[in-house]
Amino acid sequence: MTSEPLLPLIAADRVTMQFASGPMVLREVSFSVKGGEFVSLLGPSGCGKSTLLRLIAGLLAPTSGRLTVADEPPSEARRERSRVAFVFQDPTLLPWRTVTGNIRLPFELKGILTDDALARVNAVLDLVGLNAADAKKRPRQLSGGMRMRVSLARALVTDPNLLLLDEPFAALDDVLRQQLNEELVRLWQRSGWTAVFVTHNVSEAVFLSQRVLVMTSRPGTVLADVPVPFAYPRTSDLRGTAEFARLTAMLSQRLREAMS
Amino acid sequence: MKRWLHVACDAILPPLVLLVLVAAVWQWAVVRWDVRPIVLPGPGLVLEALYRRAGDLLRSVIFSGTAAMLGFFISLVAGTLIAFVFSQSRWLRTSGYPYALFLQTVPIVAIAPLIVHWCGRGWHSIVMTAGILSLFPFIANGTAGLLGVDPDLLDLFRIHNASRWQVLWKLRLPSAVPAICSGAKTSCGLAVVGSIVGEYFVGYGSKSFGLGYMILFAVDQLRMAELFAAVLASTALTVIMFGVVSLATTAILTRWYDAPEAQGDP
Repeated sequence: MTSEPLLPLIAADRVTMQFASGPMVLREVSFSVKGGEFVSLLGPSGCGKSTLLRLIAGLLAPTSGRLTVADEPPSEARRERSRVAFVFQDPTLLPWRTVTGNIRLPFELKGILTDDALARVNAVLDLVGLNAADAKKRPRQLSGGMRMRVSLARALVTDPNLLLLDEPFAALDDVLRQQLNEELVRLWQRSGWTAVFVTHNVSEAVFLSQRVLVMTSRPGTVLADVPVPFAYPRTSDLRGTAEFARLTAMLSQRLREAMS
Repeated sequence: MKRWLHVACDAILPPLVLLVLVAAVWQWAVVRWDVRPIVLPGPGLVLEALYRRAGDLLRSVIFSGTAAMLGFFISLVAGTLIAFVFSQSRWLRTSGYPYALFLQTVPIVAIAPLIVHWCGRGWHSIVMTAGILSLFPFIANGTAGLLGVDPDLLDLFRIHNASRWQVLWKLRLPSAVPAICSGAKTSCGLAVVGSIVGEYFVGYGSKSFGLGYMILFAVDQLRMAELFAAVLASTALTVIMFGVVSLATTAILTRWYDAPEAQGDP
């Protein structure tokens, strides 16, 4: 992979978000993410984590404050230099397309259907652990975990330099979730994209990230910025260590504070 | 094969048994109260009329069925195009939808004479009546299908900077296929009604005629058994149309979502 790890630098300065005639969702959120970093946004349900991710993707515009990706407004950055990819909570696959058809969609939308692009589709299939037989199936014929792998493959196919993940494994069982977390860490290490991962699962946030931003209940704001000191590569053994348990306990305590 | 037989027995046998029971009660009532055939012919007389006029009935079913099918396809194309237009702008939708609704609410017997007046006394007026009557389900379902796209999918297309045309062609239209198929099932029955009603107003001077004319003729001549036979033929035509459209939509949707060997994604 040929990412440019230092390009997307996310900077949020007192970002506030309020939908028309609705309650305030985010209040003066400030944080930054360096290029190549893996950061998790941890917070209770409804605290505005997903809204913040959509602001970073340029799908929404903040009511006030300043948010930039690579020194540009997110919607501009998305259109120009940065390759932004988004993994949704649901796999959001096109049910009428095969797995291959879904994965190559970003290339089609960009008008790039070269041999290299198609080779990349096959490569990324392999990368997320799908085989040639799976490639011809439709989403309805796949398990929940496989659908999420396809969703991840579609996000990775364009070799993004900023990957935004909105609770992608929330609907999966615990064993599968842990397995996909390990694969995600492996993929991140290989490619070096910047990752912002939204979750309300403390253990997941600690296992994956270099830093965890704990958010308060609505209106959401950043309560704590907690570094995760564990070295990569991270394997399942990490979850059994005392340090991991201590950090998850501390973050759980912060999360309880965030909800009160 | 055995499973299909089982399914067929489950689906066909119960209504068939009910039909035989109703016919038996009907025949018994006609005999018991000595009902005159001009008021209510017995099932025996109806069967006899069906047999006697089988050739004319078959020709009429083909005539009305062809007009209904053509009207159905015209409404499929026109309705989907109108739904496209409605899906592109809220202003266009709010401006045009009441007039589309008008097509659904105005009684077809009120506008059929107008169609005949404008289009002339010919087969094309019958097709037009069938088309207009079956248009609304395509507009309503098509518009709902084109607009009812998963917001996350719309966001996915936005993230990849998709053009309006790409969103329409690669997302909205394929997403609307199930809704359009559902509209087709409603429309096909309406198309048969439209073709029969259209004939009431067109009138005839040729050897070609359909079920509408047979019904009118039977009523004028007080041939009640033939009237019942024509009504049964109309029902059979509607059932056949519905069956064909249901099979086609099931095949389309199965291929749409399941077939692993299907190639050529839109």
